[in-house]
Amino acid sequence: MANLGEIVEKVRSKNAGPFWLTVDIFCGTASAFDQICEGLSTARVAKVFETDADALKRFEIPSLNVVKFSLPRPETQGSIADRDMHGASWAALLSEVELN
Amino acid sequence: MVRVLIPSGALGLNYDKAALERGLACKPDIIAIDGGSTDSGPAYLGRGVSKYSRASTKVEWRGLMEARAKAGVPLVIGTAGTCGADSAVDWLLGITREIASEIGQTVKIAVLRSSQSNTAIANAYSNKRIHPLPNAPDISEQTLLDCTNIVALAGAEQISAALESGADIVIAGRTTDTAIIAALPLMRGLNAGPAWHGAKIGECGALCATNPQSGVVLIDFDNDGFTITPMADNSRATPHTVSAHMLYENSDPFILYEPGGHLDVTNAEYTALDDKRVRVTGSKWIPSDRYTVKLEGAILAGYQSVLIVLLRDKRYVANAQDWADDIAAKCTEKVVDRLGLLADEFNIELRLIGKSASFGDLESRSDPPLEIGVMGIITAETQELATEIGQILNPYLLHHPLTSEEEQPTFAFPFSPADLSRGAIYAFCLNHVLELSDPMDAFSVEVLEHG
Repeated sequence: MANLGEIVEKVRSKNAGPFWLTVDIFCGTASAFDQICEGLSTARVAKVFETDADALKRFEIPSLNVVKFSLPRPETQGSIADRDMHGASWAALLSEVELN
Repeated sequence: MVRVLIPSGALGLNYDKAALERGLACKPDIIAIDGGSTDSGPAYLGRGVSKYSRASTKVEWRGLMEARAKAGVPLVIGTAGTCGADSAVDWLLGITREIASEIGQTVKIAVLRSSQSNTAIANAYSNKRIHPLPNAPDISEQTLLDCTNIVALAGAEQISAALESGADIVIAGRTTDTAIIAALPLMRGLNAGPAWHGAKIGECGALCATNPQSGVVLIDFDNDGFTITPMADNSRATPHTVSAHMLYENSDPFILYEPGGHLDVTNAEYTALDDKRVRVTGSKWIPSDRYTVKLEGAILAGYQSVLIVLLRDKRYVANAQDWADDIAAKCTEKVVDRLGLLADEFNIELRLIGKSASFGDLESRSDPPLEIGVMGIITAETQELATEIGQILNPYLLHHPLTSEEEQPTFAFPFSPADLSRGAIYAFCLNHVLELSDPMDAFSVEVLEHG
């Protein structure tokens, strides 16, 4: 068992406009990329972010060894309930997911 | 071939001066820089102001106005003053005139305005010319009438109209980040795929290369593709850094919607020409059936007062959530009682910094913190009410005990007065597109001479 963040090079999250968040997992190597593609289900990511799996977009980009997820922002950027103006910290939640 | 020099990702973020000089020596056809984004939140659009300091903006803009004069090519800025509303455009126009007078430049300035009239947009909504994008908030005609600012994002057509005036400087209101870069290659008849793809890669300056803070990149556009060259000594573009930029702040790394169509880079090829430059080919542009521009709008969402208190006592740190919940409940009751407000007319939220302020209930870890910052956020209909509620919250944050039996505790306020008035706060309320029969229908270009 290891945290996702210990397997990959970097996880980055940002807004993609005020209504979407995007999380990029830079795996670093082809083997880490394969491990994430196989070990991290979309359903699992949806659970971490407490979002609907159907609303989650998943991209696997072998040329970059990147797995990318985009999701509707749980709270619109800058709304009263929003805690993170730039969507900067969401990467940490995914980094701490344990993979087999 | 069209050569575009991009000094940095945004005016206000600074650029490497030596790299800019090197870019000028390459004889660009245009200098293009972005001036804004929604990324810092709704307040800038809500208030119609810039997020960057006037002094920094002036220093950097002066450098670019001097570079323009030296190169003898147009200088264009998109989304002037962070939000691109007319007031922010006028702010930068004022700075431009001030600099021109100070350095003795005679300049022709084209001003492209993107602000929308509330009533015109409300009419467009009733005429079903406004369409929601994915995850758009619900709106009504009233929402549109209540916005403090609405802007439409100009594309290449509107930037081209401003450039066609023969202006030395184009100050544009809200535009897409890419339009200011794609406009000239498109005006010269080059293929749209490479024009928009190169523009997307270059929109954040050297963020598509190593040493991103150096800022300056040069893009050569032709009919088959584009070549990107970072201008700083210590900055290199590689197929990895360039293609990875398509991920950045993009919900889909292969598709980018723009006014008039979309870019598809699924089959793009990224090739290293040497250890610094990357050549990109295979980008496709798919024109759309109807011409639409994206809208952004901000609406007043109330007024806020904020208090911060620090818990360092071990027992209070361990029981901070219960302590905060008890305070929020008791304070809400007291506000209803003393100010005669209904509970849904104001909001008191206590966020525990060091415990769950980033994610609230989504937080998966529970490591014991050493200390906790409690941030009390009060939202109400006026600043007077928000401040008043903050003053009712104040003694709870200072002295509230976990149990009634214990001696009265005191906690650490970092400031006096303890409450900070945030003033008006705003919310983004549009994620929609506006259908136009002519691209200039929602925009105007004014040409001014200075000096």
